Amino acid sequence: MYEHNGEKYFVVDGHMHYWNAAPDNWVPGAEKYAKGWIECFHAYMGLAPSETHWPLEKFQKYSEDDLMTDLFEDGHVDVAVFQPTYLLEWYKEGFNTTERNATMGEKHPGKFVYNTRWDPRDGDAGLRTLRQNVDRWGCKGCKLYTAEWNNGSRGYKLTDPGAYRYLEACQELGIKNIHVHKGPTIWPLDKDAFDVADVDRVATDFPELNFIVEHVGLPRIEDFCFMATQEPNVYAGMAVVTGGLMHKRPRFFAKVMGELLFWVGEDKMLFGSDYAIWEPKWQVEGFVDWEMPESEEFSDYPRLTTEGKKKILGLNAARLYGIEVPAEYQLQGQPA
Amino acid sequence: MRSTSTVATREAVLAALDAVRDPELDEPITSLGFVASCMVSRDGDAQVRLRLPTYFCAPNFAFLMAADAYDAVSELTGVRSAQVVLEDHFAGDAINTGIAARAGFMQTFPGEARQELADLRADFLRKAVMAGTDQVCRPLASAGTGPDELAAMTLSDVPPSSAISRLKQRRAELGLPADDQAPLIIDPISGAALPASALPLHLRKARATGISMEANASICRGMLRHRYATAGLREAELAEEEMA
Repeated sequence: MYEHNGEKYFVVDGHMHYWNAAPDNWVPGAEKYAKGWIECFHAYMGLAPSETHWPLEKFQKYSEDDLMTDLFEDGHVDVAVFQPTYLLEWYKEGFNTTERNATMGEKHPGKFVYNTRWDPRDGDAGLRTLRQNVDRWGCKGCKLYTAEWNNGSRGYKLTDPGAYRYLEACQELGIKNIHVHKGPTIWPLDKDAFDVADVDRVATDFPELNFIVEHVGLPRIEDFCFMATQEPNVYAGMAVVTGGLMHKRPRFFAKVMGELLFWVGEDKMLFGSDYAIWEPKWQVEGFVDWEMPESEEFSDYPRLTTEGKKKILGLNAARLYGIEVPAEYQLQGQPA
Repeated sequence: MRSTSTVATREAVLAALDAVRDPELDEPITSLGFVASCMVSRDGDAQVRLRLPTYFCAPNFAFLMAADAYDAVSELTGVRSAQVVLEDHFAGDAINTGIAARAGFMQTFPGEARQELADLRADFLRKAVMAGTDQVCRPLASAGTGPDELAAMTLSDVPPSSAISRLKQRRAELGLPADDQAPLIIDPISGAALPASALPLHLRKARATGISMEANASICRGMLRHRYATAGLREAELAEEEMA
């Protein structure tokens, strides 16, 4: 929780990781990809305030204590949502798997939500694993990374026939929230891998599921906005917007916020730190302090009130995940 | 017969690279800092090395930039041979081999692509047209020009500026109307004029597109600077021109 100027904010970190990307976890023969991936993540950290930068060695593999301190002691987070990314072709035990996350999280009851993942190319075996993960860890959400490499294939779309079987299984198993993260590769490679048209389609076909588009579809923010404005069950995952723009590019941050508030709206935006790329402390504090600039350039954007900030920082995600919010952190006049 | 006077200069090669754009960001690869090095031998053999903000930048756009750079340099008078090398990229080996062999995208990534990249390029040119429409029209709208007036305007009704010439050029590249009498605001797919009633939403979309592209470019610049300490060739020079 975060208290500032007499206002109380319940903070749900909707997107964070507990990864091991150190050389001991690199797959022999795929070292260059494992190394390239984590160095790319580390470059994103360069967009944060310099006093929060970590050396690459710590960034490759940080401890449970680092995470607990950075999120819950210093970072104002109440509940954090693990978003696994497997990348088993590059990392022996995976980059951060459901099991690695949940094994750590179980030591800290009430602090974490364990999301799992699936990959339509894993067929029947993957469906069995999905069921097991839901049984074992009570997962209510999935994180999908569509650019994942799998047996010679370099990605998939949510409209691939295999994906529909998994989405149907999600509905049946009580998984409500599908977090979609697009990356630079899909099949076929001549298409734009970041295109969100497939999310549009499945959001219509699966109205009971919520689709949270991570990184607000970046680098296709505009396509995401035009789609989300038409689909009631499509949400904006804010990871990268606050982390990547708020400090380093405040004018663009304001413009992107303006676009998101206009097209998507404050009821469908979810804060995520993307830890360990960025620590939550400066993001939460900076976001609470942030105001839309007053100049002409920003004049036709919606304003963000304290109430709106409370929704984005935690109340929206708490609603999607059924997280109990103490009365003092709820909005005035809202039912408990 | 060759003599040194007919060999292209390094400056000429770099100037040719100014015309090569990142199709996603609609900016020259030079001003983005993507040109790591450029050499021309006495005999006119040119070598250009490119670098990108991340190891995993999308392979289709990376291929387009490398292929366009190859074409721009090899077409220059005084260049006997051209070589373009993409550095530090997960698909660098495939792309470099493909460019050297003048293979297309499908041949470079066998089994992984169903067509060449013309459609992808056109999709992003249409985004550039939208962003350019915002650049040209927002100042007009801010100054009080309403949807009815904007819908009636032609390209020649706008005072000369780099923004309007760029918009015309992008429209021409797509085969859309770009002459002086063409409507200022058109549908970027059909090329048809838009009625005044459609303009508020269209311009809002144009603005979102422009902001998205600029935000992406600013993130790419930040990532590139983290990855490489030194500026790209012509990067600083073009930034100064932009400021001036």
